[in-house]
Amino acid sequence: MSEPEAAPRQETAVTSDAIESPLLEVDGLRKEFGGVVAVDGATFSVAEGSLTGLIGPNGAGKSTTFNCITGIHEPTGGRVTFDGQDITGLAPYTLANRGLVRTFQIARELSEMTVLENVMLAPGGQVGESVLRSVTPGLRSEVIKAEAAVRDRAWETLEFFEIDHLAHENAGNLSGGQRKLLEMARVLMTDPEMILLDEPLAGVNPTLEEKLLERIHELRREQGLTFLLVEHDMDVIMNNCEHIIVMHQGSVLAEGDAETITSDERVLEAYLGGDV
Amino acid sequence: MSTVDTIRGRLDALPDVGLVVGFIGAIWAVMLVLAIAVGGANWANLAAGFVGSVTVLIGGYAILALALNLQWGYTGLFNIGIAGFMAVGAYTTAILTAPTDPAAGAVPGLGLPLWVGLIGGMVMAAIVGGLAALPALRLKADYLAIVTVAFSEIIRLIVNWDGLAEVSLFGVPVGTGGATGISFKSANDVASTLINGVGQPLVTAAEGVGVSGPNLANLTYGILLLLVVAASYWVLARITDSPFGRVLKAIREDETVTQSLGKDTRLFKIKTFMIGCALMGLAGVLFRGQAGYISPQQFRPTITFYVFAALIIGGSGSNTGSIVGAATFSGLLFYLPARLGENISLGGTRAPGNIVDAVAGFASLDPAPLLAYIISNVSTLRFVLIGVVLIYIIQNQPDGLLGHRNEPATSVSLDRPQSGSGGETDE
Repeated sequence: MSEPEAAPRQETAVTSDAIESPLLEVDGLRKEFGGVVAVDGATFSVAEGSLTGLIGPNGAGKSTTFNCITGIHEPTGGRVTFDGQDITGLAPYTLANRGLVRTFQIARELSEMTVLENVMLAPGGQVGESVLRSVTPGLRSEVIKAEAAVRDRAWETLEFFEIDHLAHENAGNLSGGQRKLLEMARVLMTDPEMILLDEPLAGVNPTLEEKLLERIHELRREQGLTFLLVEHDMDVIMNNCEHIIVMHQGSVLAEGDAETITSDERVLEAYLGGDV
Repeated sequence: MSTVDTIRGRLDALPDVGLVVGFIGAIWAVMLVLAIAVGGANWANLAAGFVGSVTVLIGGYAILALALNLQWGYTGLFNIGIAGFMAVGAYTTAILTAPTDPAAGAVPGLGLPLWVGLIGGMVMAAIVGGLAALPALRLKADYLAIVTVAFSEIIRLIVNWDGLAEVSLFGVPVGTGGATGISFKSANDVASTLINGVGQPLVTAAEGVGVSGPNLANLTYGILLLLVVAASYWVLARITDSPFGRVLKAIREDETVTQSLGKDTRLFKIKTFMIGCALMGLAGVLFRGQAGYISPQQFRPTITFYVFAALIIGGSGSNTGSIVGAATFSGLLFYLPARLGENISLGGTRAPGNIVDAVAGFASLDPAPLLAYIISNVSTLRFVLIGVVLIYIIQNQPDGLLGHRNEPATSVSLDRPQSGSGGETDE
């Protein structure tokens, strides 16, 4: 919570604050579905090591922005830069291998696979993902060695999220909250630099919510991970994010810390349904 | 407890190899009992014939079911063009190995050794499979199904086409033989050579109990096919019990998530499709081309649906289940009823000409006409039986006999490592 933040400039809040070391920069992002403009020139950036919140009323274009950043949708226009490199329109697997991963709004566990399999799937560049190495007698010993290491790390990750007692359970049998934990565990196994969380706390009970937020802070503190969080619960955003981006009708309406946002009249109007 | 539950409970208790060997052994025993019951003095020859035929069927369907299990059971690639990929493999092998100076009226080939032909057939089936998959993999799963079934029919029509029956390729006469088919070096000859060479004492002994030479050769061929099944199983188990297999399962479950976790799913899908098609091509030669002759008639789409039936019964997603399903389908549902119908007669009752007359017997509480009717038409009615079994399995045990088993895709034991490196968390 002690990240140095640029002084909020309330008059020109729509333009991006001068963030010191931005890891992710979104510039004039635009996405049209037929005649509908879902994202209309959104511009913002996320500082390295920060926990940034992205809020906005329903239909503001938050999820579409997420999908455009992570390669699920190809943006109609604009530019996305990650770690200094242009990543606009790259495939999801390329982005994940560069350290930019996401979770989904509705937890998408691989239900017919065990929790452990779900987590062990994630690490990138596993030698055993080559058919030849997996089949050929001499080369398979290498695969087995790498596999044992992945397994050990998977157990540690499950312990970190306290779902290790479910390791051998099919992921489809987990409760809603446990699925959210599993998703977090899974993306963490990819060794990411930045994680985009799409409503990770929706449908999660308060105890579990506390636990999840604790883990997020711990990961920031100890591994220097960067988080961009979409969430509807205002309290969670205000209490946890040092930088908040408000989207409305496809573009960024306001940006700044919690105080700036709560005192911005346009934000209140957008949420209360006034004309903007 | 339903019957299937009981069967499953017993199957679960066995290790996989024991399960498969026991299952096939049980089918052999049934055939032996049937032969003894109906064969009289000729029982040994009849038994060798039954067991040999059923083993060839089980072997052929097992390879096909294993290949489909990799594509559909593991990865969710809906391939309904199996017959076409079998044809590609079989025809490639045939053209490569057919003699350059064939008998009058037959089509010449390149006269290469059989092993070259087999490898060539698998490679060609893999290439054609890859080509079929290439445009469709970018689209949704349903499109792959449409493309594969179209490919399969196009292939069958091409090999059936007279224009390619005999052509000159760079001055070398080759061809598919068109509708009349093509003769080539068959793997069956290998089996015959084998038993007539090293197995000569076996032949003498077999003839001693009345088993004919061809029946013994057929039985030997069946056992060779089972060895191919074992080799395929070994390779596929290593593929599926690995990080590669884990990605395949993940693609089946949710492709978007798999991509979001850094996997280039298209590459995995194409590789998988090619491996499966190569195996189907191999089965095309070894199974359909057993006699050293193939024609377009042998690659009708029906065989595609038989393989699906076998895999659904056995349990898609399980390699062991694929073999058990293939044995159940081909041995118990396909082969056994036909042999029963041929060899059982109902005293003096003559089979009625149609189902109406057959059912009419019930009016006088006489089930004999119906039974006789069923027995005389069993080779048609067994398809009704297969349909009934499929409906029962899909409704009551959608996972098939073994598909419910949890077979984690990994190459190591997944138990928690014992080292006390991390702090104990809960409990």
